Amino acid sequence: MATINETQDELIEEFGLFEDWADKYEYLIDLGKKLSPMNDAFKTEENVIKGCQSKVWLHAEKQGDQVVFFADSEAIIVKGMISMLIRVLSNHTAAEIMQADLYFIDQIGMSQHLAQTRSNGLVAMVKQMKNYAIAFHAIA
Amino acid sequence: MVDKFDIEQIRKDFPILDQQVNGAPLVYFDNAATTQKPQMVIDALNHYYTHDNANIHRGLHTLAERATTGYELTRKKLKDFLNSESTDQIIFTSGTTAGINLVAQTYGRANFSKGDVILVSNLEHHSNIVPWQMIAEETGAKVQVIPVDDTGVLDLSAYKALLTPHVKLVAVNHVSNSIGTINPIELMIDLAHEIGAKVLIDGAQSVAHFEIDVQALDIDFLVFSAHKLFGPTGVGVLYGKRELLEAMPPYQGGGEMIKEVSFSGTTYNELPYKFEAGTPNIADVYAFGFALDYLKSLPKNAVWEQEKALLDYATEQLSQIDGLRIVGQAPEKIAVVSFVIDGVHPQDIGVLLDKFGVAIRTGHHCAQPLMARYELVGTCRASFAFYNTKSEIDLFVKALKRTIMMLS
Ligand SMILES: Cc1ncc(COP(=O)(O)O)c(C=O)c1O
Repeated sequence: MATINETQDELIEEFGLFEDWADKYEYLIDLGKKLSPMNDAFKTEENVIKGCQSKVWLHAEKQGDQVVFFADSEAIIVKGMISMLIRVLSNHTAAEIMQADLYFIDQIGMSQHLAQTRSNGLVAMVKQMKNYAIAFHAIA
Repeated sequence: MVDKFDIEQIRKDFPILDQQVNGAPLVYFDNAATTQKPQMVIDALNHYYTHDNANIHRGLHTLAERATTGYELTRKKLKDFLNSESTDQIIFTSGTTAGINLVAQTYGRANFSKGDVILVSNLEHHSNIVPWQMIAEETGAKVQVIPVDDTGVLDLSAYKALLTPHVKLVAVNHVSNSIGTINPIELMIDLAHEIGAKVLIDGAQSVAHFEIDVQALDIDFLVFSAHKLFGPTGVGVLYGKRELLEAMPPYQGGGEMIKEVSFSGTTYNELPYKFEAGTPNIADVYAFGFALDYLKSLPKNAVWEQEKALLDYATEQLSQIDGLRIVGQAPEKIAVVSFVIDGVHPQDIGVLLDKFGVAIRTGHHCAQPLMARYELVGTCRASFAFYNTKSEIDLFVKALKRTIMMLS
């Protein structure tokens, strides 16, 4: 299993292959479409993060000593972002997730989607992923 | 006065339009959110701070005199622009929202009581809903809603039925920001007056598109924002009938709004200063006057025709796109097209169009009750101004088709 930073570096390399923004976004949209569907049972009011324009659902659970995330969104580009965040952070220990520095978003040129603080719920989602890790860490 | 509508020249008057965004020429179709500013307005701001800046109304020195004259000149221009009875009835605020809150907190607090009704429409911006809900909660009044039909037109027979003697105020927009419907405010005002209710018109979306004569329309209160009228941000206007404004208690207390202050009691200044506590936004008010001059210099009919042509062309072009549905098909509309696309979230459209240099607005447009009425999470909204062109619509439609292809 790759470390958090190894996965981030992989993503940076993948995005490095694209010539222009359209290719990047087509890839992101594709990632969004392929995101494993979230069990409807997890799409509860407690799991929803309301952006001003679109919603994100996030659920986390502990499997062994690892934290596993499940998430979904109404918007496909946000789903693509979610897919990458899950690929980077899911299946790591709570301690690893808490300490993770998510530098890949900036490096692949997608920080715009985290800058739109209120519109899409992504910033709150990243924070919530960390909060889950903190909570799991505390009870471990 | 230019007698011909010279689009090339007009676009040059708005320097911001000439730029590349994400490697493509900017197509600015978010005019309902805010309009761009002509060079005259930008120059006026610069001139004010370079030559005239001082605090107004109190100083005796030359700069204070110049600043005061500049500030008050805009009030005079607004008197003409709205055909107000006097300059005293033009109150500067920070925007539409501030004007509505002022009326709610002063007129509303003094006049609403338990059982009274404030009528708003289903088309309103949150700014023309929430201040009424707040004052209703405090006073025991109720907010009731004029319904809208599937095409985006207000249901006038329902409106008539809602106009009971309990109605104290009707607060409606002249034009809907999210779908562009032009409401028949003349008729709505007459009907409200027949039962003794007052009317507040939210003109945020209409002042940029057509002239409003407050006397001819018999408007009790009118509010709008300078920034949607080619002027600076941070300035708004509240017009009110004199007897209403005079009877209203002041809003905020402070400097400017007083006549005499002592610890045994304070007397308030006259209109309009009673409602302009503290140092106002002098520079932006001054520059706003130049936006009004600019508008006056344009041939009115040509502006309206240009916008109408843009609306018709955009509607026709967009209607040809598979799976696209226009939300809001009122026969009387300003140049705004709100639309949704089957199976695609508006936010995704907005993000990708931006990459093509096209600026539109997506989301609920601060009109969640209207989105709920149409069972939508939001729409994509392209809103035009007279400086936009058909070739920009072509760029937009081309980018939109590519966007849809990328997303499906
Ligand atoms: C119809 C309408 N009312 C009120 C407002 C609020 O205006 P402001 O934010 O300038 O106060 C807007 C702005 O979007 C609007 O379109």
